[in-house]
Amino acid sequence: MVKLRYFAWVRERIGKAEEDIVLPAEVMSVRDLLLWLKERDEGYANALQHPEAIRVAINQEHADHNEPVGSAREIALFPPMTGG
Amino acid sequence: MSARIEPIVRVQAEDFDAAQEIARLTAGRTDIGAVVTFSGLCRDENGALSALELEHYPGMAEAEISRIANEATERWPLTGLTVIHRYGMMRPGDNIVLVVAASSHRQAAFEAASFLMDFLKTRAPFWKREHRADGTPGEWVAAKEEDDAAQARWR
Repeated sequence: MVKLRYFAWVRERIGKAEEDIVLPAEVMSVRDLLLWLKERDEGYANALQHPEAIRVAINQEHADHNEPVGSAREIALFPPMTGG
Repeated sequence: MSARIEPIVRVQAEDFDAAQEIARLTAGRTDIGAVVTFSGLCRDENGALSALELEHYPGMAEAEISRIANEATERWPLTGLTVIHRYGMMRPGDNIVLVVAASSHRQAAFEAASFLMDFLKTRAPFWKREHRADGTPGEWVAAKEEDDAAQARWR
């Protein structure tokens, strides 16, 4: 079980801020996760239509799309950041 | 050279006072020759915006800013460093972000403050949403390529 967290327009399009989910065994990498989520329903498809543009953090640290999701406790998906 | 300092990092809804934060870093010190302060403020884009709303990732925001601040203290001989980033609703003219970098000499303080801001823009988990003055729904602010380029120059 992993906690998925969504921020900004990713959160709005998916329609929730977080959820606990059991990932299927074939979801090995961040990229796999994005492609798998995208198929879930229209909201996810809309949020993740350009998966390469989505930024991801694993256990609150930036992760690139090749990184394994492995035993992550928390994975966050969000748009490029606009702080500062 | 003295030991590496521990940066002060705060992520908060409340406003901050730049003068007070400078005083906090320099009080009782005689080794600081330079303090560079950067404040980021909410602007109204020529009257188009009534507010900016900042969403953040609690926990990661503090952790990521601390990682960036610690990297700055490794790269430059800083004698003090404070980074404060606000979240929530900002009105035009409100403070959003503060960096105070102190060092013996100005070059390190200038460069560290600039480095901090370039990395906060592109790596700190905050997202700005516009609220428009005419009441129509505002957009999420898009990330700028020039911010990525500004970050890349520190590699």
